[in-house]
Amino acid sequence: MCLAIPGEVLSTEENLATVDVGGVEQEVRLDTLTENVDPGDYLLVHTGFAIQKLSQEEANETLEIFDELIETNKELEEEGEV
Amino acid sequence: MNDSAEETVQVTHGAGGRKMDELLGDHVLNALSSKSAGSIGLDQLDDGATVDGAGEGTLVLTTDSHIVDPLFFPGGDIGRLAVCGTVNDLAVMGAKPLALTSSLIVEEGFSLAELDRVMAAMEEASKEAGVPIITGDTKVMGKGDIDGLAINTAGLGTVDEPVSDAGMNPGDKVILTGTVGDHGMALMQYREGLSFKTRLESDMAPLNGLLREARKAGEVTAMKDPTRGGLAAALNEMTEKSGHGVTIDEAAIPIREAVSGVADLIGISPYEVANEGKAILVVDPESSAAVLDRLREHPLGREAGLIGEVTDERPGKVVMETEVGGKRFLEAPVGDPVPRIC
Amino acid sequence: MKFKFKDKERARELVNLIEKEVPDRRVKIVHVCGTHEVSITENGIRSLLPDRIDIREGPGCPVCVTPTKDLDAAVKLAENGVTVTAFGDMLDVPGTEKSLKEVESEGADVRLVYSVSEAIEIAENTDNQVVFHSVGFETTTPMTAAVLSQNPPENFSILPSNKLIPPAMRSLLELPNNDIDGFIAPGHVSTIIGVEPYEPLVESYEVPVVVGGFEPLDVLYALELILKQISEADPRAENGYERGVDYEGNPRSQQLIDAVFRKADSTWRGVGEIPESGLGLKKKYKRWDATERFDVDPEAGEEVLPNCRCPEVITARATPDECDLFGEQCTPDSPYGPCMVGEEAMCNIWYRYGGRPKL
Repeated sequence: MCLAIPGEVLSTEENLATVDVGGVEQEVRLDTLTENVDPGDYLLVHTGFAIQKLSQEEANETLEIFDELIETNKELEEEGEV
Repeated sequence: MNDSAEETVQVTHGAGGRKMDELLGDHVLNALSSKSAGSIGLDQLDDGATVDGAGEGTLVLTTDSHIVDPLFFPGGDIGRLAVCGTVNDLAVMGAKPLALTSSLIVEEGFSLAELDRVMAAMEEASKEAGVPIITGDTKVMGKGDIDGLAINTAGLGTVDEPVSDAGMNPGDKVILTGTVGDHGMALMQYREGLSFKTRLESDMAPLNGLLREARKAGEVTAMKDPTRGGLAAALNEMTEKSGHGVTIDEAAIPIREAVSGVADLIGISPYEVANEGKAILVVDPESSAAVLDRLREHPLGREAGLIGEVTDERPGKVVMETEVGGKRFLEAPVGDPVPRIC
Repeated sequence: MKFKFKDKERARELVNLIEKEVPDRRVKIVHVCGTHEVSITENGIRSLLPDRIDIREGPGCPVCVTPTKDLDAAVKLAENGVTVTAFGDMLDVPGTEKSLKEVESEGADVRLVYSVSEAIEIAENTDNQVVFHSVGFETTTPMTAAVLSQNPPENFSILPSNKLIPPAMRSLLELPNNDIDGFIAPGHVSTIIGVEPYEPLVESYEVPVVVGGFEPLDVLYALELILKQISEADPRAENGYERGVDYEGNPRSQQLIDAVFRKADSTWRGVGEIPESGLGLKKKYKRWDATERFDVDPEAGEEVLPNCRCPEVITARATPDECDLFGEQCTPDSPYGPCMVGEEAMCNIWYRYGGRPKL
């Protein structure tokens, strides 16, 4: 029961945000989220509630993290350590 | 609109007397422009209709009943679905459609204005396909004895060499004439009441023109339209009947981003829902490039893609190479897809 | 904003790393999340990996582990005229006699909801008693806690069936001969609880626990981190899903859970009782407990049917294709055990996606 989808915050009003999840606008509750939320932020949404704030930087970093692991290993190989 | 907007279908409309003549005249005959394929057609309201042009070829007959719910949805309605569905059944057998029948079973109390909408859609589809509706029937059932409206259509066509859905050979290429999952996902989205920034629309379209062109460009060994059960059901039927296997390259399957997005959201695979304006073509490898090019020249085939190939491994199974490079079976769907929540 | 991570090139690179890192023996990696199993099977990830990497799903399926007596309670409530609301698959899983869907076809008021807030809305719009069957793990519990802590309508109550993942992982490690070499911890449960709760497991059992995301590359990455820990003989609790999980988790959600619920011993269908692995309502919130408000205390029902191997499947000791009933007497259309009912359960997923092609 882990299905959570990322979506973009279009507007907020008290503890509710209107979020664009895959092209579909949904009302999402913010009660379960620690941080404040602004339009333009990204949220992970589970059963209509926000559980995590996401950012483009973090999403980009994910690829960097993968690439770093791949590169480090390639270097180690070249040095004959693997 | 005249005062038919206030009126509804009554049981007397189906009883065969003057009221029925009025219904047929005002709401059926008047709606259609192409009503004959021979000397006796719909206007004659005879017991049957005649069909010229069958020629030396083999006759192909098909029938379908349409009970889609809701009747009206983004991209069309039951009327368009009825005409396109039957035309396409003929077209994927390689047949030239000659004529259609249309039988309506209407619930007492059904809005005449909505009936007019359905008939207008049938007329539009009939014109697009270039296929006349030459005979039919109209029945009215009591309130609650049927849900709104059901349509049965039969289609007659002619073909020199029929193309079955089982004819594929190892080495043949598998082509999909356009984007997958449009109709089924549009209906899912509409039924679930997901409020839309992007509204998905059904892809209903008559494919007889497109497929005729495709067959001129190369050798098509098998065809099927992936309606109920979607791409997955259709491919599995084709492999089971032919006794061969198919490998599919997931990354090559044409799909609209919005369809993919809604699919993710409600947890239903776009490969398991109906398509009503697409066909699967299996083509001899020598002519597959030519067929693909010809498809893409046609308005209904612009997004055609070469999605896979027929093999002699794993007979009866469809193996999909996933976007990430893994392999899994593409199985026929189990039952009716229901949105997954979590 | 791009959140899909599934390009072939990186996947190939990660698989190369995995192939180099994996020891020569069989390695058993367990995850505890239906969504992980869907991602793994749907993307054909097992077919990319060397055969000796054996990935299994543990008890990550709420439908499979909810004990029959909870299901029977829901059915009894519905039969007694209460409006019962639940998430999708919960409607299909049979209790001792029937499922909620069956009791609905007999005239009961049963509603599928996508969120607990929908259940609240239903309660606000009726005079009838409305019960929400609260199932799920730590990802789903904060939502129930949130609505309960905000003065829900008087005619609303919950059937509490929420469970906790770390104790379930521990119980798997306590099974004799479990031969588990590592865990992929569930991404979104960890979004809530953080990485810290896995530390005691690593401490006690010296087994790698890596939090994994759900995109195909996330899964491959988490696998590689586990294998690295194994080859370095340095088991730790590690975060492999940094964009979705912070070490301390989601404090607000944790506060909500702590305010409303307290840990309790809990029965997991097919496994038995696991200490401190479930959640009950704190005294302050007891009036929202449907088992106190209504007279529903059916006896423990038949948990496991004869020849059903669900208990072994959910403890990662058998795979669906090892069950004689799989695909024959037990299919999603006519399921025999709960592992074929849940869309997050291994048997159901394997049936729908064809398991692992032996290529």
